[in-house]
Amino acid sequence: MFDFFHYSFVIRGLEAGILIAFIAPLIGIFLVLRRYSLIADTLAHISLTGVALGLLLKIDPLLTALGTSTLASVAMERLRSSKKIYGESALSLFLSGGLAFAVLIIGLSHGFSVDLFSYLFGSIVTVRTQDVVRIGVLGIPILGVLFIFFKEFVYISFDEEAARVSGIPTRLFNTLLIVLAAIIIALSIPVIGILLVSALLVLPVITAIQLKKNFIQTLLLAELISLSSVISGIIISFYANLSSGATIVLIMFVVFLLIFTIKEFRK
Amino acid sequence: MPIDHAKNSIVVKNVSFSYGDTTVLKNISLTIHTGDYLGMIGPNGGGKTTLLKVMLGLLRPTAGEIFLFGTPLRNFRDWPMIGYVPQKATHIDPLFPVSVWEVVAMGRYGAKGLFNHLDKSDHVRIAQSLEYVSMQAFAHRLIGDLSLGQQQRVFIARALAAQPEIIILDEPTVGIDLATQEQFYALLKKLNQELGLTLVLVSHDIDVVTHEVTELACINQTLVYHGNPETFYTGDTLERLYGKNVRFISHNH
Repeated sequence: MFDFFHYSFVIRGLEAGILIAFIAPLIGIFLVLRRYSLIADTLAHISLTGVALGLLLKIDPLLTALGTSTLASVAMERLRSSKKIYGESALSLFLSGGLAFAVLIIGLSHGFSVDLFSYLFGSIVTVRTQDVVRIGVLGIPILGVLFIFFKEFVYISFDEEAARVSGIPTRLFNTLLIVLAAIIIALSIPVIGILLVSALLVLPVITAIQLKKNFIQTLLLAELISLSSVISGIIISFYANLSSGATIVLIMFVVFLLIFTIKEFRK
Repeated sequence: MPIDHAKNSIVVKNVSFSYGDTTVLKNISLTIHTGDYLGMIGPNGGGKTTLLKVMLGLLRPTAGEIFLFGTPLRNFRDWPMIGYVPQKATHIDPLFPVSVWEVVAMGRYGAKGLFNHLDKSDHVRIAQSLEYVSMQAFAHRLIGDLSLGQQQRVFIARALAAQPEIIILDEPTVGIDLATQEQFYALLKKLNQELGLTLVLVSHDIDVVTHEVTELACINQTLVYHGNPETFYTGDTLERLYGKNVRFISHNH
């Protein structure tokens, strides 16, 4: 067990993983309850455009991913709230548009590389010190914002109209939530990869909801599931020589199945 | 509680509203006085919910103006004075993981303002609101596990928690059985008479509403009738509201 901590990449992976695992359900719970689950996936695909752009222009791909997903998140929310197109259609539009754009840019930079592969599927081996620093520097203010405006986010996700009538600037908070989601998704890419990142935001929350607790308890349960899946996923993937992102998501998936089955049997 | 009925809570002045080319509201003027219990009735699609949303600033009128407690709506900031029980309250997401207590606490959020968290005095207020609607025993149950009638009482408690001067309810009794409806209307009467709250009740259920309220406004694109519910059935108001040859059938939803 102890040789585990001899590798600095494992420690970096754990640090990054724990920070991400802590923040993801805090944003995920609002996305899931507002039926925005697919936004996470859409933003992840748009980050791929950013990654491809970064690889092409030889800029840090995570910075360009951060840029594209944040910009797209604001545009998506505007389009959605204009009600000129259905909410899910906006997602579908951005998802396919982003992906098509990414594939073109990848073609321009002479095809798929090992580098690109690690962004798609994530791996703690590729987590760099600067990624951990970045997650900390951006993650802690995100936590602060979520803590300060927690009550507003709760109210809006439960009853947006009443929240608006009570004087809460709902449009501002809707945009803020999506921007925060875009940032956390881009930050999570090194650990879990573009294709699996949405699971991190969504799976622990939908599992916790199955247990039928109040809001705070549901959030705490989601945190527990998220942290334990990420930590055990990193450890297992290290010893079994598996992909860390896939291991984490598979653990989350199994936890969901177990809890869902037990619940159904108890009925 | 002495109520100054001469004071105005909401003034609607020459308000029109259209979605594209479809006119929904045409030149409506309506004053809601403090302490009124106003029933807003009219056919489905007649624009009552739209008028309500315009009054609450959720929709912007194409023409005209709204005054809330004497202030033009665009400058109005005292939103906690207005309690709102949306239509959505009757079909909330049954899976939403939130307890009755947490729902009523939301009523304090707007009053508290951004950056502030709830404190002990808020908790007292939440408990009192729950007690007022006799739902304190359900405080720790999930909202989705309650019956519609119970949920509706919780939403009243949420509105009360903000210590409003007026409560606006959009079709609150849809899907609720008659016996429960009766209790619900008794609660509304208590809010109006005991707490002196101004109430606006939007409903398509003319029969019941005319028996409960003290003022009636009938909306079908225009304000067809505004006044006393007793004189509503005299004259041709019903005909103007619903068209000729309408037969009225008592219905329970």
